[in-house]
Amino acid sequence: MAKKKSEEHSGADANDSDYNEEPNFEDPPNYVDNISDEDLLGDMLAQRPSEADGVESVVVVDNMPVVEPNRIEKLKSVINKLFSNCGEIVNVVYPVDDEGKTKGYAFMEYKHASQAEDAVQKLNNYRLDKNYTFAVNLFTDFQKYENIPEKWEPPTVQPFKVQSDLYNFINDPDAYDQYCVAAETAPNCVQVGFWQNMLPEPNELETRERFTDTFVKWSPLGTYVVTFHKPGVAIWGGSSFQKIQKFPHPGTQFVEFSPCESYLVTYGPTPTGQKIIIWDIRTGAEKRSFVADGMSVLSMFRWSHDDKFVARMGENSIHIYETPSFYLLDLKSIKIQGIRGFSWSPTDNVIAYWVEEQNQIPARVTLMEIPKKREIRNKNLFNVADCKLHWQKSGDYLCVKVDRYSKLKKDKKELDVKFLGMFYNFEIFHMREKEIPVDSVEIRELILAFAWEPIGNKFSIIHGEPNSSNVSFYEVNKGVKPSLVKRLEKKSCTHLFWSPRGQFIVMANLTMGTFEFVDTTNDYIISASPDHFRASEVEWDPTGRYVVTGVSSWKVKEDTGFNMYTFQGRIIKRTILKNFVQFLWRPRPPTLLGEDKQKEIKKNLKKYYPAFEQKDRLRLTRASKELLEKRSQLRETFMEYRNKRIAEWKDQKSRRVMLRGHIDTDNLETDEVDEEVVEFLVKEEITLLE
Amino acid sequence: MRPLMLQGHERSITQIKYNREGDLLFSSSKDQKPNVWYSLNGERLGTYDGHQGAVWCLDVDWESRKLITGAGDMTTKIWDVEYGSVIASIAAKSSVRTSNFSFSGNQAAYSTDKAMGQNCELFIIDVRNADSTLSEQAPTLRIPMVESKITSMLWGPLDETIITGHDNGNIAIWDIRKGQKVVDSGTDHTAGINDMQLSKDGTMFVTACKDTTAKLFDSESLMCLKSYKTERPVNSAAISPILDHVVLGGGQDAMEVTTTSTKAGKFDSRFFHLIYEEEFARLKGHFGPINSLAFHPDGKSYASGGEDGFVRVQTFDSTYFENFFE
Repeated sequence: MAKKKSEEHSGADANDSDYNEEPNFEDPPNYVDNISDEDLLGDMLAQRPSEADGVESVVVVDNMPVVEPNRIEKLKSVINKLFSNCGEIVNVVYPVDDEGKTKGYAFMEYKHASQAEDAVQKLNNYRLDKNYTFAVNLFTDFQKYENIPEKWEPPTVQPFKVQSDLYNFINDPDAYDQYCVAAETAPNCVQVGFWQNMLPEPNELETRERFTDTFVKWSPLGTYVVTFHKPGVAIWGGSSFQKIQKFPHPGTQFVEFSPCESYLVTYGPTPTGQKIIIWDIRTGAEKRSFVADGMSVLSMFRWSHDDKFVARMGENSIHIYETPSFYLLDLKSIKIQGIRGFSWSPTDNVIAYWVEEQNQIPARVTLMEIPKKREIRNKNLFNVADCKLHWQKSGDYLCVKVDRYSKLKKDKKELDVKFLGMFYNFEIFHMREKEIPVDSVEIRELILAFAWEPIGNKFSIIHGEPNSSNVSFYEVNKGVKPSLVKRLEKKSCTHLFWSPRGQFIVMANLTMGTFEFVDTTNDYIISASPDHFRASEVEWDPTGRYVVTGVSSWKVKEDTGFNMYTFQGRIIKRTILKNFVQFLWRPRPPTLLGEDKQKEIKKNLKKYYPAFEQKDRLRLTRASKELLEKRSQLRETFMEYRNKRIAEWKDQKSRRVMLRGHIDTDNLETDEVDEEVVEFLVKEEITLLE
Repeated sequence: MRPLMLQGHERSITQIKYNREGDLLFSSSKDQKPNVWYSLNGERLGTYDGHQGAVWCLDVDWESRKLITGAGDMTTKIWDVEYGSVIASIAAKSSVRTSNFSFSGNQAAYSTDKAMGQNCELFIIDVRNADSTLSEQAPTLRIPMVESKITSMLWGPLDETIITGHDNGNIAIWDIRKGQKVVDSGTDHTAGINDMQLSKDGTMFVTACKDTTAKLFDSESLMCLKSYKTERPVNSAAISPILDHVVLGGGQDAMEVTTTSTKAGKFDSRFFHLIYEEEFARLKGHFGPINSLAFHPDGKSYASGGEDGFVRVQTFDSTYFENFFE
């Protein structure tokens, strides 16, 4: 038998077709098993039960009510409901004493350790009722605290992570402003250069190729610059413009910063509508996201000035969210039937909104204080077609431009309403006065533009026919109606740009590219009217000293570039840049000096002036010295070359003379001028003598 | 001083040249009749009638006796400057684009266009005893240009070499006696050379190129010495005979002119410092792109001919001569 077996065995090999016999699985002789268990069964070993298993997902809940056996089930269900919020509970133990009452603590096992940690975070110190506040801890914590080593080891010093110097740009000793210039070198590939507006020539700080796909935008206080890319947007800052944070929101088309630079809102279209995400800038965390279906309105979310609230208008309601939780204020929206538009005050937490005319109820503008939601002012308006809210930058005045009609034409189906006989009113709300009085200014002509003076109490409007419009300036003061201060006739301008410090204004015609610089405190004299053919952008620098006009290649294909002027319109520099698209000054945060300090500096300006003059002059002379040096060097090298050639030329003189028949023509004889007097008949006149 | 506006042509100006002494200014235009003017007061002496196509180029010899012109009617004509009569007319196989007398005036060179199946060719002829039989005489030298066509041409000093500028930006020097190319400039320019003009002593020349730059070259080694940058194609450039100045003139292609500023007289000639390559002045006044520039041999005035058909003669005022670069 054995023999047969061995025969069978030896005969068995891979090609054995006898399936009844098992193939030989024996290791060949001398085989050393050196494959570890981890290699063979790696994945299974991970699931190998260990003594500590299951303990990480266990939480201990203490300070629970002590209940009688008959109430245990109720207690269990209440606790269970509460704790299942944090995850799936797989096991629960309620120790009971000899009498069957609960001991006051329980053990709960979650499916995953992370859920257990979550439970500890959320439910530790949770007040069940006035007597019982849970103490929830991880089971493993007990072990940890039991095993505290006797010796205390000081924690390792973590290397200091340098916080990038975000505010370096404000610390410039000469207070030069920065700006960025963007040029689209290839489709979807914009090169951005950052410059410092120094004397005598701007100094290039940094240039980044392919910095953004579409355009760039500065944050409101100038700390960051945001760039757009396929996967989302990124913000950059610091003296070397390094990446500060990334926000993954593919297809973002538009961003908005909150005024204090705490949050960023990205707007990106999706096939179903507009996806809007609000991010916390410092941590990069997504705070809240919304999907707005249908028509998207850019800048749908409006921030209050202190970043405390953000609001959005919905159908017949305003949704106001509180930060940092981004829950609705009081957990509900404010229902306002017929609301058409709203705007925050730039300095207080007040919302101004207007409601359209409905049936027989007139339209109205309302001012509401947030968070109290108290209406502080209401104004009814009659025959209103449309309203636009314009806040003055210091929040002292609100101007509502009301388009009013004298006749209403509704077609048969009452779907299409036509407004006829339009005239315009400006309702000026005096925000700082008691009871917020409202004054009205009526204009019979078409209004083309409106602009408040940013610092000051004037506003300017362009009104009339588009080609022969007039510009009027009104002044508002406490306790008085707005008064017309100046009216400039027949100005073909399309836009008004006030200096950010007030007082000066540029009246621009952005189709032609003509500009007029006006000083509004000096009898409205036009100090200059330069032109920049087809310029479409006008940017004041944040200090109000310079104006830049630009021809962007998004609108015009030739001669793109930008010009820099003084605030009085004197041209400083012309730059032609192929494919130029954007010029943006870097905004400055508001000054930290108090009112009185500012007044003091203004008074003592004469003292500071000579020192600045000297510094500027030094800079200029240094620059010209450098230039002169460069020039003299160029001259030297050139003259060296020239002298060699002139020597050669002199040597060839004899041959030259030969070629021209022995006449030396090297020098031009200008002395020999032959003068010829030529007489010719001009006119013949015959006079008859009587 | 107010500029002189010489109105004598009905079509755009193609080239203007002063004679050696500077008292005469010659202008050629697409209207088939080259004109000659007194440069002092702008009075026209006369026209040279005979061509039946746009006249592309002209040159006058050093004695102001003979004028050579090349035209789109596929002929090169040699004229008597004083009487306006045709001395000789040489037929070619395609339009003649460049024509120049040599330093001695004993020889002339002209080049033809690459068109109608014809290659671009450079011809050298002997014009010492030019008369109507000149057309039957064989040229002294005939060099075909295979790769690119000649758009501008100059005689080198001493009648030994010809410098040619081509439509691909190439510049080459040809030795006449050997009949072959001796120097090639390579890729300094990236688009067609519109014009080349020598300095007063002939040791350097400036090129005006479609790639919006003008460059200064050494006339023997073709080493690029300086580069003057603008943002429009440069049609013509000239070197001042007395100061370290270069003047550039250009503008957009005639077909694209509708998109530039509608303000009249916006086309300007730009003055650059020869050594420092910095632009220091612009003179406006033409209503169309500038096609040709020439300095008066005494350097105190200059002339420009434009697409608008006007020739402007501008005398410099005293501020021009003050050296404000030091």
